[in-house]
Amino acid sequence: MTDITNNSLTKIVDLIKKKEIKSEEVTNAYISNIEKGKKLNSYITESFEIALKKSKNFDKNPNYDLLLPGIPLAVKDLFCTNGVKTTAGSKILENFVPKYESTVTNNLWSEGAFLLGKLNCDEFAMGSSNETSFFGNVINPVKDNTVPGGSSGGSASALAAELTPATIGTDTGGSIRQPASFTGTVGLKPTYGLCSRWGIVAFASSLDQAGPMTQTVSDCALMLEAISGFDPKDSTSIDRKKENYSKKLNKNIKGLKIGIPKEYRVDGMPNEIEELWEKGKKILKEEGAEIIDISLPHTEYALPAYYIVAPAEASSNLARYDGVKYGFRSSKGSNLIEMYENTRSEGFGDEVKRRILIGTYVLSSGYYDAYYLKAQKVRQLIKNDFDKAFLKVDAILTPSTPSSAFKIGEKKNDPISMYLNDIFTVPTNLAGIPAMSVPAGRDKNDLPLGLQLIGKPLGEQTILNLALLIEAKSSFKRNISKWWEK
Amino acid sequence: MSEDKTKYLIEGTKNKWEVVIGLEVHAQVSSKSKLFSGSSTTFGAEPNTQVSLVDSAFPGMLPVINEYCVEQAIKTGLGINAQINSYSVFDRKNYFYADLPQGYQISQFKNPIVGEGEITLDLKNGTKKIGIERLHLEQDAGKSIHDLDPSSTFVDLNRSGIALMEIVSKPDLRSPDEVNAYVKKLRSIMRYLGTCDGNMQEGSLRADVNVSVRKEGDKKLGTRCEIKNVNSIKFMQMAIEHEAKRQVELLESGESIVQETRLFDTKKNETRSMRSKEDAHDYRYFPDPDLLPLNLDKHLIEKIKKDLPELPDQKKERFVKEYFLSTYEANVLVSEKEVAAFFEEVIKTAEKKLATNWIIGDLFASLNEKNISISESPIKAKEMASLINSISSGLISGRAAKEVFEVMKETGSDPVKIIEEKGLKQKSDPKELEALIDKVLEENKDKVSQYKSGKDKLFGFFVGQAMKVSGGTANPQIVNDILKKKLK
Repeated sequence: MTDITNNSLTKIVDLIKKKEIKSEEVTNAYISNIEKGKKLNSYITESFEIALKKSKNFDKNPNYDLLLPGIPLAVKDLFCTNGVKTTAGSKILENFVPKYESTVTNNLWSEGAFLLGKLNCDEFAMGSSNETSFFGNVINPVKDNTVPGGSSGGSASALAAELTPATIGTDTGGSIRQPASFTGTVGLKPTYGLCSRWGIVAFASSLDQAGPMTQTVSDCALMLEAISGFDPKDSTSIDRKKENYSKKLNKNIKGLKIGIPKEYRVDGMPNEIEELWEKGKKILKEEGAEIIDISLPHTEYALPAYYIVAPAEASSNLARYDGVKYGFRSSKGSNLIEMYENTRSEGFGDEVKRRILIGTYVLSSGYYDAYYLKAQKVRQLIKNDFDKAFLKVDAILTPSTPSSAFKIGEKKNDPISMYLNDIFTVPTNLAGIPAMSVPAGRDKNDLPLGLQLIGKPLGEQTILNLALLIEAKSSFKRNISKWWEK
Repeated sequence: MSEDKTKYLIEGTKNKWEVVIGLEVHAQVSSKSKLFSGSSTTFGAEPNTQVSLVDSAFPGMLPVINEYCVEQAIKTGLGINAQINSYSVFDRKNYFYADLPQGYQISQFKNPIVGEGEITLDLKNGTKKIGIERLHLEQDAGKSIHDLDPSSTFVDLNRSGIALMEIVSKPDLRSPDEVNAYVKKLRSIMRYLGTCDGNMQEGSLRADVNVSVRKEGDKKLGTRCEIKNVNSIKFMQMAIEHEAKRQVELLESGESIVQETRLFDTKKNETRSMRSKEDAHDYRYFPDPDLLPLNLDKHLIEKIKKDLPELPDQKKERFVKEYFLSTYEANVLVSEKEVAAFFEEVIKTAEKKLATNWIIGDLFASLNEKNISISESPIKAKEMASLINSISSGLISGRAAKEVFEVMKETGSDPVKIIEEKGLKQKSDPKELEALIDKVLEENKDKVSQYKSGKDKLFGFFVGQAMKVSGGTANPQIVNDILKKKLK
C-alpha cells in the first residue's frame, strides 16, 4: 500500500490536480500520522475539524488552478490564525485566539491550502533547540532525544516526520535554516520585505522574515511563490511583482560565480562540516559554476551585534504583553505595577526574560551608544561586506550550522554555546538578504547536515536553482524510520 | 519704547526676578483617521468604539503612516516659518502604562519632521519673535478612567493612536501675557491652516510648561521645572505665576531649584512635584523598526507651500495696507480666520471704517456677552452690512442703529425690517424738517433773539429741540444745515 504522505508537496499537488487523490484523503492521511506522532510534540494545536471541513469543501468544489489545491498545512504557532489559538510558544498567550489572519497564512489559504494545526516553537521564537517553548520540547524525528533545532523546531520536526506536507516558519537569526539543517529538510529565509510580517507575532522586527520549510527544493519554490508578495499593511514590505519561482526553477547554473567566505571556517568546526562544504563546492564546480574565495571581514562581529539588536527590538516588541488587554494576567498584585511584574514574571520563560533584560539594558540611556548604536554600525559593515562580495559573485556557499543536531538538554544551561549555533545564519538576517539550507550530507553519527546558499537581495531564484542541483547531486536521503510510531 | 516699564518681573524681598518660559504644545492633528491606523478620530464617541487592532496593539499588528497627517505637519511647519526636514525618523518611546497598549509611544526623537522656526507675537508694546525649536509627530495615548469604580481603573482607547504635533518653543517667553499671546497665535495659525482645531476643552491643544527664574539682568538660565499637561491658557498663566513665585521664594531663602516634573492643581491653584529628575523615565528611544524613515519629496513640500492659505500675519499686513486699518484693528480682525472672513464679507458692500468699529465694538461685545464664536453669531455678515449701510446712507441715525442692533443680536433679523417696524427711519426730507424747525424757533423766540445777539452756544439747543420733537428720527446733518440757514 502506498502512503500518500511519503510524497513531496509538489507530487501531492500533482496527484490532486490529476484527480488521482482527493483532498480529504490527503487530509485524513496526515491526521492519522499526527495522531501517531504525538510523542514528537511538534503540534501545539490541531485544527482537524477545520481541515476536514475545508478538504470536503475543496473536493466538492475544486479549483485546480491554484498553487496549493486542497493541501492541508500546519504552520508555526507564531502566525496569527483567525479563530485558532496562537500562542507563540508562550504561557502569556496560552489561550490567545486572534480574530484576524496573518497575511502570509492568508496567502496560503488563497492558493487553496487550509490549516491542519499550529506547530510548536521556541517561546516568541527565541531559541535554537525548541527547548524554551512553554509547551515542552520537540523531538527531532531523525533521532530520539535529539533537538530539532529552533526556533521553528516544531515545524521542522512535523515536516521531517511527515505530519504536514510542508510548512512555514520564521527566521530572525537562523530559525528556519538551522532546524532545516538538523532535520534534513529544506528551509529558506527570504529577502527582508519579500513576505509580509503583518499578523506574525513579532520578535525582532528588523530581522524577522517568514519563509518556507519543505521536503524538497521544488516544494520550497512553490511555497515561496505562494506566501511572498507586497502587503500595504507592512511598511517594510517590498512593492514588486510576484515571482514564479517554481516555474523558473532549473538546474542550469553554468557560469555562476560562487563565493566561499574564508571567515566561515571557524575554530573547532568538525571535520565532517568541512568535508560537506568541499562536497558542495565540488558539485557546483562540476556543473559549471566558478568557485571564488571571498572575504566577509566583519563576520566575527555578526553574532554579538545580533545579540544586541534582536533583544533590543524584542524588549520593546514584547512590552505589549502586559496583562491589560489580552493573554495571561496574574491574579497576584494589588496595583498596576505589581500586576505588570507578576504577569510578566509568571507569563514569560527564562530565555525570553533574559533577552528582555539584555534588550532593555542595551537601550538604556548611557549604554545606548556603546551597545545599540555600535551594533547598528556593525550591521551596516556586515551589509557592506555582502554588497562588496556580490560585486564578484552571484551567490555564497557556506555550511548551515557549525554542528549537527545535539541532544535535548545538552546546551540548555549554556546560552553562549546555544547562541553559537546561529553563527553562520545570523549575518544574512543582519544584511536582509536571502539564504537557504539544503540537506547535503551526514555527520559521523548519521545526523543530517545542511549547506547554506546565500543570495543577493531578491536573488531567491538563483539560490533555489543552486539548491536544486545540490539536492540532486548530493544523494542525500532522509530515511526516517518513524520509530516513534512503534 | 521703554521696555522696562512693561517688563514682567517677580518682586522678591531681595531682588527682582525675570521669568523664563518655554512651551511644549501638543496639538491634535485635524485628520479623519489616526496616525498609524484607519480608526476614526471623532471626539466624544462611546468608549472603545474607535479602536483598531493596531491601536490596541494586538500581536503582529503593524503601523502604517497616515500620509495626510504628514502633510498636516508639513503645513504647520511652513505656517510657523520653519525648516521642513526631508528626512525624519519615527522612534519608539518605551514606557509601561495601562492606556499605552503597545508599551511604547511612536514619536520622533532625534530627527523630527520640522526643525527651527518662529512665530511673531503682537503685544501691547509692539511685536516679539518667539523661536520654535522643533515640531514632531507622535501618537496620543488612550485614557485611564479612575473615577467610575472604586476598585478598578477603566481604559478607553478611542484616543490611542491619534496624531499629535508636539511643538516645542525656545525659552523665549517672559510673562504669562506672552504665553497667552503665543498660544493664541499658534492656535490661530493652525486654525487658518486647518491642521488643528485648537479646541482646548476637547483636549485638542494642551501644553507642558517649562518655567525657570533668574535675577533681572542675569544671562544664565536658571534650573527649570516642567509643569505637565495644562489644558487652558488661563491655567497656564496661573501655573506660571504660582511656579515662578515658588521658585523665587526658594532661591531667596538660599535654597536651590530641583529639576523636576510638576503638576498644576487647578482647584488649589498650586503646582506639586510629580517626579524628580532622578526618577525620570528612561524611555529607551530607538528607531521604530516597523516604520521606514520618512523621506519627503521636495515637490510635495513645494506643492503644500504653494497651496498655503493667507496666514494671520499676511492678512494683517494686507488689512492695514488695503483697508487702512490701524495695526490694532487689523490684529483683532485677523486673530480668528472666521472673524476676518466675516469682516471681508461685510465690507464687500459696507463702508470699512464704520464696519471695523461696529464689528470690533458692538458685535464683539455681544459675542463675549453670550460667550459664543462668530460662527455661532445670530447676526450674519449680510445683515451686519445692511445695518452699516443704513447708517452711512442716512436711513437711520447712529443712535437708532444701536437700537436696531439690540434686536438683531437676539433675533438676527433683517435690520431694514426692524427699522420699519420700529419707525426708526430717519427724517431727511428738508420740507418736513423745515416745518418742524420753524415750529421749534416759533416756540423759542426769546432764545432766537439771544442767539442773534451773539450767544452762539445756543445753536446746540435748537438742534437738540429739533431732534427731540422728531422723536430722534430727524437727520441731524440736515437739521444743522436748515438751522444755519434760518438763523443767519
